[in-house]
Amino acid sequence: MHISEGILSAPVLVTGAALAAGGVALGLKKMDYERIPEVAVLSSAFFVASLIHVPLGPSSVHLVLNGLVGVLLGWIAFPSILVALTLQTLLFQFGGFTVLGVNTFNMAAPAVVSYYLFNYLVRRGNYTVSAGAAFLAGALGVGGGAMLIALCLVTTGEEFISVAKVILLAHMPVMIIEGLITSFCVLFLKKVKPELLEVGR
Amino acid sequence: MHLEEFAEGDSLLHRIDPRVKFVCLMPFIGVVAVRDSIKVGISALVFSVVLLLIAKVDLKKAFRRLLVVNLFVVLLWFFLPFTEEGPKVFGVGPLEVTSTGLVHTLVITLKTNSIVIATVAILGTSQIFSLTHALRHLRVPEKLVMLFFFFYRYITVMHEEYSRMRRAMKVRGFLPRTDIHTYRTVAYLVGMLLVRSYDRAERVYQAMLCRGFNGRFPLYRHFRLRGKDLVFAVIIYGFTFFLIF
Repeated sequence: MHISEGILSAPVLVTGAALAAGGVALGLKKMDYERIPEVAVLSSAFFVASLIHVPLGPSSVHLVLNGLVGVLLGWIAFPSILVALTLQTLLFQFGGFTVLGVNTFNMAAPAVVSYYLFNYLVRRGNYTVSAGAAFLAGALGVGGGAMLIALCLVTTGEEFISVAKVILLAHMPVMIIEGLITSFCVLFLKKVKPELLEVGR
Repeated sequence: MHLEEFAEGDSLLHRIDPRVKFVCLMPFIGVVAVRDSIKVGISALVFSVVLLLIAKVDLKKAFRRLLVVNLFVVLLWFFLPFTEEGPKVFGVGPLEVTSTGLVHTLVITLKTNSIVIATVAILGTSQIFSLTHALRHLRVPEKLVMLFFFFYRYITVMHEEYSRMRRAMKVRGFLPRTDIHTYRTVAYLVGMLLVRSYDRAERVYQAMLCRGFNGRFPLYRHFRLRGKDLVFAVIIYGFTFFLIF
């Protein structure tokens, strides 16, 4: 879930934008010119994949996959997520330009953490270790994102505490689904295209 | 996948220089986002709606966009009026609705909607590729603009791949349910999409090298600033200043 415009306070917006700009700068530095097509087409695939809805009881949730983006792309997750959110802002007007920095940071920061914690385990571990590490990466991506959203709301004003709690609670089942899907997906990639796990290095 | 629904058309706003659009929109939405007053909210909303009418976009489609955006706002309406401290207006069971809570939620609703409407009216009326071109002129880092360009270019391609695989799954009798089988199948679908995108990227890059790509996109066509662009800029900046004071 992205925060929409006109809610957060100016200090939160500015801090988010500054942190995101730093992450994007680092990500761009790690991405040479010849790797731009690779990262771009992967980002398109992730964008399309995030439109997939999976059933959850009587309702359904759409995939977020920022944990998976992180495990594959590392710091490049920042520019990759930024372009995806920019397009959402331009086309669907979810989120928006004033919250672009905050939303990018909220999704990309847990992705980068997933990379550092789990990329090595996913690549080098046996079947069980890879599966477990990928599950945690997927869950951490969504869970960390929800936590950062809650943090943004609470630092804007204490009246947002109950909304923040609801958002955290709503993300619990999504964390499990994202964990499972990231886990299966990583095992599949390890078998079919292990190079994909090296893109972020 | 039809992505740029509002870009087709021929209104005054469709013909404004995309560079001017960015330079004007950003301060406007910045000011609206951080000002907390009902007067700013209402005047910004009126101004945005006027822009939307000038843009002559399909109002039904624009309204549908707004509904989705307002999901977050609806969530706020369930909590904020009750949790913010202030003078009590009326009670619903054990809960109390406060006037500060009501005003705060109303201001947020007005601001969110006016920013979204202004973005549809101003940026939605330009093609994505001309906006990308404008970003390059506005000194956004070259790598980022190139990444965005390829990313946007290949979304439709990847979506076609996705639809084909989805059709194949359907033909084989796949029914999504809340179970491990569904999640595993969807995960493999995502995995296959990534594998195909990776292979395609390699071919794209080789094709680019064959055509003499040396890491840069030369810009041959340039935008020209015209009178109506300046008038547009003066109006938007004027209104933004009015909102500050």
